[in-house]
Amino acid sequence: MASLALNVNSRPVTVTVDDPDMPLLYVLRNELGLRGPRFGCGLGQCGACTVHVDGQAVRSCSVPASSIGAGKIVTLEGLGSVEHPHKLQQAFIDEQAVQCGYCINGMIMQAAALLARSPHPSEDDIRQELANNLCRCGTHLRIVRAIRRAGEA
Amino acid sequence: MSVSALRLSRRGLLRSTAALVVSFSVPLRSAGAQPAAGGKSVSPNAVEGFLAIDATGHVTAFAGKVDLGTGMQTTLMQIVAEELDLPLDRLTLVQGDTALTPDQGPTSGSLSVERGGMQLRHAAATARQALLARAATRLGAPAGALRIQDGTVFGPGGAQLGFGALVADGPVTMPIDPAAPLKPPADYKLVGRSVPRIDIPGKVTGGFVYMQDFRLPGMLHARVIRPPAIGATLQHVDEASVQALPGHVRVVRRGNFLAVVADTEWAAIKASQTLTATWSDTAILPDQATIYDYVRATKVVHDNVTSDVGDVDAALAGAAHRLSASYDFAIHTHGSIGPSCAVAQVVDGQVTCWTASQSVHTLRTQLAAMAGVPVANMRCIYLAGAGCYGRNGHEDAAADAVLLAQAVGQPVRVQWMRQDEHGWDPKGPPVVIDMQGGLDAAGHLAAWRGAFFYPDATSQNVPLLGGDLAGLPSDGQLNPGNIVNDSAVPYHVPAMRTVVHRLASTPLRPSWIRTPGRMQNTFANEAFFDELAAAAGADPLDLRVRLIDDPRGAEVLHRVAAMCGWHTRLAQPADGKTAIGRGLSYLYYELYRTYVAAVAEVVVDRTTGDLRVRRFYVAHDCGQIINPDGARNQIEGNVIQTVSRVVKEAVTFDRKMVTSLDWASYPILTFPEVPEVVIEMIDRPDTPPWGVGEATAAVVPAAIANAVHDAIGRRVRSVPITPDKIKQALQGA
Repeated sequence: MASLALNVNSRPVTVTVDDPDMPLLYVLRNELGLRGPRFGCGLGQCGACTVHVDGQAVRSCSVPASSIGAGKIVTLEGLGSVEHPHKLQQAFIDEQAVQCGYCINGMIMQAAALLARSPHPSEDDIRQELANNLCRCGTHLRIVRAIRRAGEA
Repeated sequence: MSVSALRLSRRGLLRSTAALVVSFSVPLRSAGAQPAAGGKSVSPNAVEGFLAIDATGHVTAFAGKVDLGTGMQTTLMQIVAEELDLPLDRLTLVQGDTALTPDQGPTSGSLSVERGGMQLRHAAATARQALLARAATRLGAPAGALRIQDGTVFGPGGAQLGFGALVADGPVTMPIDPAAPLKPPADYKLVGRSVPRIDIPGKVTGGFVYMQDFRLPGMLHARVIRPPAIGATLQHVDEASVQALPGHVRVVRRGNFLAVVADTEWAAIKASQTLTATWSDTAILPDQATIYDYVRATKVVHDNVTSDVGDVDAALAGAAHRLSASYDFAIHTHGSIGPSCAVAQVVDGQVTCWTASQSVHTLRTQLAAMAGVPVANMRCIYLAGAGCYGRNGHEDAAADAVLLAQAVGQPVRVQWMRQDEHGWDPKGPPVVIDMQGGLDAAGHLAAWRGAFFYPDATSQNVPLLGGDLAGLPSDGQLNPGNIVNDSAVPYHVPAMRTVVHRLASTPLRPSWIRTPGRMQNTFANEAFFDELAAAAGADPLDLRVRLIDDPRGAEVLHRVAAMCGWHTRLAQPADGKTAIGRGLSYLYYELYRTYVAAVAEVVVDRTTGDLRVRRFYVAHDCGQIINPDGARNQIEGNVIQTVSRVVKEAVTFDRKMVTSLDWASYPILTFPEVPEVVIEMIDRPDTPPWGVGEATAAVVPAAIANAVHDAIGRRVRSVPITPDKIKQALQGA
C-alpha cells in the first residue's frame, strides 16, 4: 500500500495504491469516480482513455499512476461542464458529433491538446492528429467538423 | 408504485450513480417479471404499458427499444411528444427494463422507428383522445372544440386543463386503439426537425452514465479467463497462484467457465493475468487459408428459396451469353470501442442484471434458463454501452455477471478486456455466394440465379458463452437468423431463382453484425448486376432504372446520378500510376422498405494495389423522416463503418482460436482514410417512416467493388478488398 498525491482537475487528491503498476485510468475512474476517461483497449491503441498530463494528451490506460508525480492531470470533466462547456465540448454539441459517444472523450482531449499548440488547425492537421483515435460508429466527419468549428471560434 | 417515483431526473442521471439506481427502479426486492398487483403494466397493447402521466402533467414513456448510440432516445421522444402536443422537456423516456417497459422486440433490423416508434405513436394517439374526452366532460364542451398545446387542453372561452389535472381522477389505462386519429404531418412541430440529441451534452462532458460506469454498493470486480482454444476443457486450476495478490482474490470455476473476483478492478485484472490454469490441447478450427472451401463443404441442412420466377435452367441454357461469378465475404467482428460489461446482483432469489444488451427481454429469458431461476425472478435493465451494431458480447458479459453474482453472493461487475471482446464476441460468419446470369441475343437480361451459403437459424438467440462454458442451459442455438433478405433482387428478370443454403455449422459462434446478410447478399447481387450490365454494353445506372419499374427507386438512382455527375467520365491522373473509378449500387431494402442508391469514388494505386475510397454519394428515401440530422448521422456512420469493413477487415484465426485480438491485428478505418460523404435525403412526411440504421451499409461493398472495376478494369469479388487482392487481379489475365 502506498499513498499517492496527484493533482486532478486543479485539485490535490491523495489515493492509496497497492500496486505501482496500476494504470492512471483505474485511479481516475474507480478511486475518483470520474467517467470522462474510458476503458477501451488497455493497450494504448484506441484513445478512449485519453487525459492531459501537463497539457499533453496521454493514454491513461497505459501509464502507471505512480509515474505521474506532480504532473497536472486534466480529464474531460476538468475541461468543462454542461453548464460551462469548453469550446470543443460546445462545438461537439453544435455539430451533433456523437453517435454512441464512447470514443468522444478521447477525441475531445486529443483535439484540446492540438488546439493548445495549434489554435486554427486545417482539416488535414486534425485528421493526422486523430490518426490513433478510433471511432467505430463512423462519426469521424462530424468530429472533424466540430474541431474545425472550435478552431474557428 | 407512483408515477413520480419512476420519473427519471436527467440531472440526477448525470450526477449520481445512486440517483440512477433509484430513478430507474421499482424497489429491487420486488423487481419481478410480473409486477405485483398495482405494479407497472408492461403490456404492448395497452396505453399504460407505454405511457404514464403524473400529477404535474409530466409524461414518462416506456420503450422496449433502446438507444444503442443511434439517437433513438431523442427520436422516440419526438414521436411521443408530437402526438401528445407536449414540450420535450416534460417528457422522459425509460428504455429497456423488463420490469417497466413493454417487449418491443430486440433493437435491431432498422425497426426501432418503423415498428417501435409506431407502437409509441399509436399509444400516444390513443392517450390524446382519452385526454380530450376527459377534458370535454370536465369543460362541458365537445371534444372537437378543444385543442392541445404544450401539454394543456384549451376549450372555448379560455378554459384550460393541464394533463396533470386530467389524470387527477385516475391514470389513462386502456387498450391501444390502432384507429385513433394521428396528427396530420402538416401540423408537426417536432417530427421532421433536427431536434438536438438529449444525450450528447452529458456524453461530451463526462456526466453520462454508461454501462461501464455503473456501480452498486458492495460490488466486486471480476475478469473472465477464457480457454486458450475453442472447445478446450479446463483440466486444473492452481488457486494458490493468486493467493498472494492483494484484493481478496477469489477464483470461480464452473465446468470450463473460469473467472476471478476481487475487491478492486485492478486486483481482478492482475489476478486474471497471474492465475495458472491447465487446459486441454484442443485445435478444432478449419484452416483459414481455405475457409471458403470449408463453407462450401459444410452440410446443407435446408434451403430457403427467396425467389423463383420462370424456368432458370432453360433460360440459362438458351442464353446467348452466360456469365458466372463467385463472391466471398470475410468474418467480421463488431469491434465495439468499449468492451462488454455487465453488473448483476442476487437479493432473496431475485436476480437483477444491468446490461447494455440490445434485447433485454429475450436476454432475461436466456439468463433465467441459465441461472435456474423462474423468469419472474429475473430482471434486466438497459444501460447504454459503446455501440454494438448487433448482438455482440454484451449478453455474454451479462451471463458472466449473473453466474458470478450467484457464485459469490455479492453484486459483481464483469468488464471484458480487449482480447475478450475481439476473441469471443460472436462473429459475422464467412459467406460464399455463387451467381449465374444470362443475356439474350439482344443483350437483355434473361436469367438470374444466386446461391447463398449461411449458417442455419433455429433460434432467436445466440447462445450465452459463459453458460455454455459452464455446461448450463443457454437457450440459444446456431445463428444468425433472418439473413436471407435481399438475396432476391428488385429487378424484373424473366427467369430467376435465388436459394439460401443453410449450413449445419460455421467455424466461429455466429451472430448479426450491422445489416447481416443483406450486406453480403447485396454485395454479390449488385456487383454481379454490374458484370451483366458490362457484358450487355449497358450503362449500369440506366439498366437498373429500366429493370426496377419503381418510381421511388428510380428517383434515388437519378438523384445519385445528378449528385456525382454520373454521365460525365472522371478525369484520370496523368501519371498513369493511379486510377480513379466510380461504382454504383442500389437497394430496395428487404424489397419492401427504404430505397438507397450510392456511388463510390475510389483511387487505386496500380503498383501497390492500395485502395482509397475518397468520396461516397448516397441518395436515400426512408419515407417520413423523424429527425433529419439523426438520420444523416446514421447514414454517415453506415458508410464509414462499412468502408472500413470492405477495405480492411477480416478476423484471423489459427486452428485453436481467433488471433486478431486487438486493434493492431484487426485494424479499422482511421481518420486520414475516411472518405467525404455526400448525402441527399428524400423526405416523404405523408408516408410511413422506414428504417435508417442498416440500409445504407448494404450498398457500400458493391459500390466500392464496382468502382475498383471501373478504375482498373478488373473485378475483385472478395471482401475485404485488400491491396494483395487488387494486385492479384491486376496481374491476372
